[in-house]
Amino acid sequence: MIDELPLWLSILVSVCVVLGAGLTMAGCLGLVRFPDFYRRIHAPTMGTSMGGGLILVASAIFFTVTQQRLVIHEMVIFLFVTVTTPVTLMLLARATLFRDRIEEARDTPPSDAPKD
Amino acid sequence: MKRLFPYPVLAALLLLLWLVLQQSMGLGQILLGGAVAIAVSLAASAILPGRVRFRRITSLVQLIAVAGIDIIRSNISVLLILINPRATPSAGFIKMELQLTNQFGLAVLACLLTATPGSAWLEYDGERNTVLIHVLDLIDKDEWIATIRHRYERLLLEIFE
Repeated sequence: MIDELPLWLSILVSVCVVLGAGLTMAGCLGLVRFPDFYRRIHAPTMGTSMGGGLILVASAIFFTVTQQRLVIHEMVIFLFVTVTTPVTLMLLARATLFRDRIEEARDTPPSDAPKD
Repeated sequence: MKRLFPYPVLAALLLLLWLVLQQSMGLGQILLGGAVAIAVSLAASAILPGRVRFRRITSLVQLIAVAGIDIIRSNISVLLILINPRATPSAGFIKMELQLTNQFGLAVLACLLTATPGSAWLEYDGERNTVLIHVLDLIDKDEWIATIRHRYERLLLEIFE
């Protein structure tokens, strides 16, 4: 398969894949390295934004060239990931905020909701 | 016609999504996708809070471009924090008041802030119209609020309201 690709294109595809995988990897390391929950939620976003995006771009270029037709359904993956991440993020974040407020942890922003 | 197509734009986008996923422009796929699009948009009318009106398409294009640039920029800055072994980012919360009240606009803003590494949308208070955002590398609170106001919220207001 890779023989059908001109050299400059295979370099471009490889650079995209390696960069994307590297960013995703860095995000995973960040998840381990950062000290607390709120900081940790930022790191994996690299995988779902630019890391995943680069891998998908590489896939779109590769299959568009080798199959000689426009292959863009990778973009749908990006769309769905971007639209669904905030749902789980908010669920996790609000659960943590709820816990921290009950435990009265340091530096937790107070809730606006009326107390009953 | 109106009863069959309560949301014509949504139905058209669903048909487009179907065809892209099937990777085919055959008549059979168009008919099948059309049936799915009509069924789903009818079902969606039960849960959608209202009609989406895109008032300014140019602002939408501008927003997509701004979001793309910011995703790349924030990826690089978070990467720089990560590869620096001694960096302890001064993370912090921001509570800001929004002018935007359109539900679709708010959803897009939440996706945007979450998709950029370094900022995360945590909690939205519909009564006061405030949102709690967590920022990984918080240096200047007011600068962040001004950035969100001018870069995203202004465009979203132009698009949805």
